[in-house]
Amino acid sequence: MGMTIIEKILTKAGGVPVKPGDLATVKVDVACLFDNNFMASVWRDVLHVEDPSKVVVVIDHRAPAAHVGSAHAHATARTFVEKFGIEHFHDIGYDQGICHVLMAEHGYARPGGVLLCSDSHTCSAGALNCAARGVGSPDMFYAVCKGETWFRVGETIRYELTGQLPHYAFMKDVFFKIAGEYGGHVSQNVEFGGPALGTLPIDARRTMATMGAELSAEFATFEPDDILFDYVKERTNVPFEPQIPDPDADYLDKREINLSEIRPLVALPDSVVNNSANVQDVAGTRLDQCFVGSCANGTFDDLSSVAQVLAGRRVARGTRFIITPGSQSIYRRALKAGIIEILMDAGAVVTNSTCGACGGGHMGIVGAGDTVITASTRNFKGRMGDPTAKIYMGSSATVAASAVEGAIADPTPYLS
Amino acid sequence: MDGLNVRARVWKFPENVNTDQIIPNRAYYLSPEEQLPFIFDAMRPGWVDEMKNGDIIIAERNFGMGSSRPAARNLALLGVGCLVADNINGLFYRNSVNFGLPAIECSGVSDMFEEGQVAEVSFQDFTIRNIDTGESLTGREVPKSLLRILKAGGLYPLLEDEGMIALVE
Ligand code: SF4
Repeated sequence: MGMTIIEKILTKAGGVPVKPGDLATVKVDVACLFDNNFMASVWRDVLHVEDPSKVVVVIDHRAPAAHVGSAHAHATARTFVEKFGIEHFHDIGYDQGICHVLMAEHGYARPGGVLLCSDSHTCSAGALNCAARGVGSPDMFYAVCKGETWFRVGETIRYELTGQLPHYAFMKDVFFKIAGEYGGHVSQNVEFGGPALGTLPIDARRTMATMGAELSAEFATFEPDDILFDYVKERTNVPFEPQIPDPDADYLDKREINLSEIRPLVALPDSVVNNSANVQDVAGTRLDQCFVGSCANGTFDDLSSVAQVLAGRRVARGTRFIITPGSQSIYRRALKAGIIEILMDAGAVVTNSTCGACGGGHMGIVGAGDTVITASTRNFKGRMGDPTAKIYMGSSATVAASAVEGAIADPTPYLS
Repeated sequence: MDGLNVRARVWKFPENVNTDQIIPNRAYYLSPEEQLPFIFDAMRPGWVDEMKNGDIIIAERNFGMGSSRPAARNLALLGVGCLVADNINGLFYRNSVNFGLPAIECSGVSDMFEEGQVAEVSFQDFTIRNIDTGESLTGREVPKSLLRILKAGGLYPLLEDEGMIALVE
């Protein structure tokens, strides 16, 4: 029987053929530590680093520091970087950004590679054909010290993407369709491929792969193609070995998603699993705050879809619109493209790149009783601040249209 | 592996218990010990005082969905003897093993128990027995290499032994 993408990557990385049900011990290509790992209650003093060139350190969750606790964590990170000569360090400044965005942007995530980070949305790099998984802090220390980790090998669900997205629908909407229809994917891998891949830029693929965490999937992985190879080669000279699924790969299920049929959807508050609705069903719901950002939706393409909606318009009175680019480099690109000016003229507040409001860490924490729509990753109770806030989720365009109307709105009339 | 077997009172939990319910954001920057009173404080206020050292959590599907925050560490620190669930979120499962919280997935286990009954969990044959009713089920096997980590109390003691990380004073 043939292998799925993830089975092939883990087989190569561990040197032993794997099948569902196995425990794989594999070499780690990239281990990414971020500011939460360095918090006083989490950090353990590392005495040995197996290979400093495979370690990436990112200050992103509360950047710049939101309080004394985060300032302390950042200082601990700097000391660690200094001590072990870690070259790939993204401190506050020019190369600042959310770790999963930087993994793609700086060529750390390479097709066929194994990537670990103790943030649950590490699956983001699955868009680049990686076996990438969010793990816990002990795994990270283990990987940094010893260069390896373990994975339970699960069964794989294949999503075959066909058709082409209409101009008013986005990968976020495709995700809401999958999460709404099929629910959680606990202990399963999800694999994406199919003829529609050629229409999907890496940013769109990253939105989907990142949201794999919300499906509780073990791994979310895309098939590689020329669009991906060009993207990676522009960013790194390090050679890579992409993996494609065998023609006779054994899937638990194969599901076709016709992108042409996707319409704007939202997730209702508290969960994105089995909780999707058509945007029209909740249109008119009054909003206190709107947010676009995060590792899933802080991309350049997200910002430009927001600008398309906001151009020549204003954010409704009584509604706050906070926009946080996924990296400073995305911010600079949007600045040069004139996008930031459009967002600010509309009355949106554009922050520096950080996790910020997505994790309820700072810069946009929501208050008691607030109703919010967000283009980010997670809408658990209390995720973005006060637990009584109601958090809807939509595509960046849906959020932008909602900001203009001060209430949940269909973006379709705003997009040409 | 006798050290991992447990026989104790059962506390039942619903499906999709998430990590934010175990460590809410407002507890995140406290020391691990100071975080313990916040465990389930929104969904089950007072539970941390009612439960006793070694008690067993029996939950429905997808226990521990959410973030990588060290929620399993806090349950272990609080004294939870074992976690058994219909299935466990993959990231939470890794954290359970790697922080030394014994955990087994066992489809159907949540239907086999009422809160307050006594469960016996074996890490030799992975059976979960309801002492009150006599029913039992066999859960998903925990591979030997993971049992070794659990037995050691998680990855940190292993790394300390090898001189990879410093001992905590
Ligand atoms: S942006 Fe949100 S989901 Fe992404 S890494 Fe930061 S806190 Fe996590």
